Amino acid sequence: MMPGKRPIWFFVGLLLLFYGIVILSAGLWEIRYPPLRPPVLFRLHASIWWGALLAIFGAIFIRRNMRRQS
Amino acid sequence: MVPIAPFLKPSAAALCAMPFSAPAKTHLIYLSSVDVVIIVAYFAFVIFIGFYVKNSSNTVSDFFMAGREMTAWIAGLAFVSANLGSLELMGWAGSAYQYGLVAAHAYWIGAIPAMLFLGIVMMPFYYISRTHSVPGYLQLRFGNSARAFSAVTFALMTTLMSGINMYSMALVMKVVLGWDLNLSIWLCSLVVAGYVALGGLRSAIFNEILQFVLIWAGALLIPILGMIEVGGWSNLRRQIEINLGRSDYMHMWSGLGHFSQNPMGVHWTGVVFGWGFVLAFGYFTTDFLVIQRALSAHNLRAARMAPIIGAAFKMMVPAIVILPGLLALSVLPFHLLPESAAIATGGYSYNEVLPLMLVRYCGPGLIGLGVTALIAGFMAGMAGNVSAFATVWTEDIYRPFFNRRASDAHYVAMGRWCTVVGVLVSVATAYLVQRSASIMDYALQLFSFFIAPLFGTVLLGMLWKRATNAGGFWGLLAGTTTSIGLWVWVDRVPSALRYVALSPNAKGMAENMYRALWAWIVCVVVTVVVSLLTTPRPPSQLAGLVYGETQLPVEEYAHWYERPMVWASVVFVIFIALNIIFW
Repeated sequence: MMPGKRPIWFFVGLLLLFYGIVILSAGLWEIRYPPLRPPVLFRLHASIWWGALLAIFGAIFIRRNMRRQS
Repeated sequence: MVPIAPFLKPSAAALCAMPFSAPAKTHLIYLSSVDVVIIVAYFAFVIFIGFYVKNSSNTVSDFFMAGREMTAWIAGLAFVSANLGSLELMGWAGSAYQYGLVAAHAYWIGAIPAMLFLGIVMMPFYYISRTHSVPGYLQLRFGNSARAFSAVTFALMTTLMSGINMYSMALVMKVVLGWDLNLSIWLCSLVVAGYVALGGLRSAIFNEILQFVLIWAGALLIPILGMIEVGGWSNLRRQIEINLGRSDYMHMWSGLGHFSQNPMGVHWTGVVFGWGFVLAFGYFTTDFLVIQRALSAHNLRAARMAPIIGAAFKMMVPAIVILPGLLALSVLPFHLLPESAAIATGGYSYNEVLPLMLVRYCGPGLIGLGVTALIAGFMAGMAGNVSAFATVWTEDIYRPFFNRRASDAHYVAMGRWCTVVGVLVSVATAYLVQRSASIMDYALQLFSFFIAPLFGTVLLGMLWKRATNAGGFWGLLAGTTTSIGLWVWVDRVPSALRYVALSPNAKGMAENMYRALWAWIVCVVVTVVVSLLTTPRPPSQLAGLVYGETQLPVEEYAHWYERPMVWASVVFVIFIALNIIFW
């Protein structure tokens, strides 16, 4: 415990939310501008659903660990 | 991003007909700006964590033991994350490609029983002796000679292991990104040195939690998409049998009746006794790198739960390590090679299977996340070694033998400097291991040299009150020299392997397992014989150190679902079930 500081899970959530938004955005961009040499199973658009999943988990972690430690 | 080596999905028929030939070697991808943002954000974040906890790491307890205030979950995840370095991510993925499903033994029989044993039986002793380290326990139990020998060999082993982590990471950077080996080694070393020196064990543990989450977030997508591509487990088995023309790659136990009936060239006795007992119990119950994480827990129950929680997650790691290696056997349209052959021919080596699978399935953003997961794994492994090295050097070598009466601030400063020195020595060893044949082989050699005999000493120390100081020291010394001697023998006379591993059909992995077993046996025999010939310590001196002379502390009341024994039983039942399913 570090009094006055936030738990590590808050920062885990922050990074997951950031990564989720960036990857989701990249996935949406790829729909509009498909890559010249797409990876295998590109049709599944893994960036979109994986990015969304990370962002959701990140938001939950942040929400549950907002409070500073006493 | 423009992939240089695109992977198009081969049909099953094309796979069967396709001659396995490695493509011309170049790095796999160029990073897009999205990938660069993700990687840079990670580096910035871990340095930020170091500064964030710096002011909470000013005493010896804070810096070396994270204030002993971690919850069971944090200590447990740090426990498993600290050994989720390059060995796990690249070494065992490569081993799965090379040996098939047998490689999963590294996570199941080669880990789970030992982790549960640590949580249930051994952790109370470590925790109530209030020691800073495993060498610290040896000092209390066997005196300064055993402590000094153990501390020096441990310091040597951690820096060598750290070098493996660093070399593997630099290899990924070279293969995936085309980065220069030197640039990768120095960049990541400076970041690790920065955050561990700033925040000590607390910073290392917090970053390990972060790294644990990132490793799963970045690596789990590969097996998910891989299983979709091959059409499920049954199709995967069938395709591997067709591609390789043999069925023993997809069984864990059924081919272990004879050395020649499985791709690894091992026998079940070596797997069970050499790997599952000596190497695994030795690593998980005496390697201070992992024990230090459990000792940071805020009470005894949390310290006992930490390895049990770690074991539950450890059982799942094959999904992101072994499965990609097996999938590669099915879907990659060329053969991977041993390290030396890959260097000679310009092909891809077994150790590169995970990055190859990453670029097969991932586009911009996900590539960055996957590369970040690999970097995080390497940095977690390296930070674990460096923080353990700093603790053992300061507490078990510097304080007892050079400066007994310094202030807390002095020892913390020494720990910070040690972190930097440990990283520099690791950099040197990273260049050394480039000559090694394979990452896994190198690591298991180190474990058999130093961990196997140490396990014999600690086990007898905890369970047999007749063991004496002289017995402990001479047993440890004899076990270590036996192990190194056997390695030199086989290195000079390769045909000697048939005597060490008890079969003319044995291969390299079997040598490591049996060498560890011999080292442990010699250590135990010498310890017992010397102890019986020397005067035992009075029982009053063994309180808190040996079963039978120790009043174990009564844990506070806990519901059944909070008890370590209950969860250890659950994990053990699942472990048995998994071995039967994949028999």
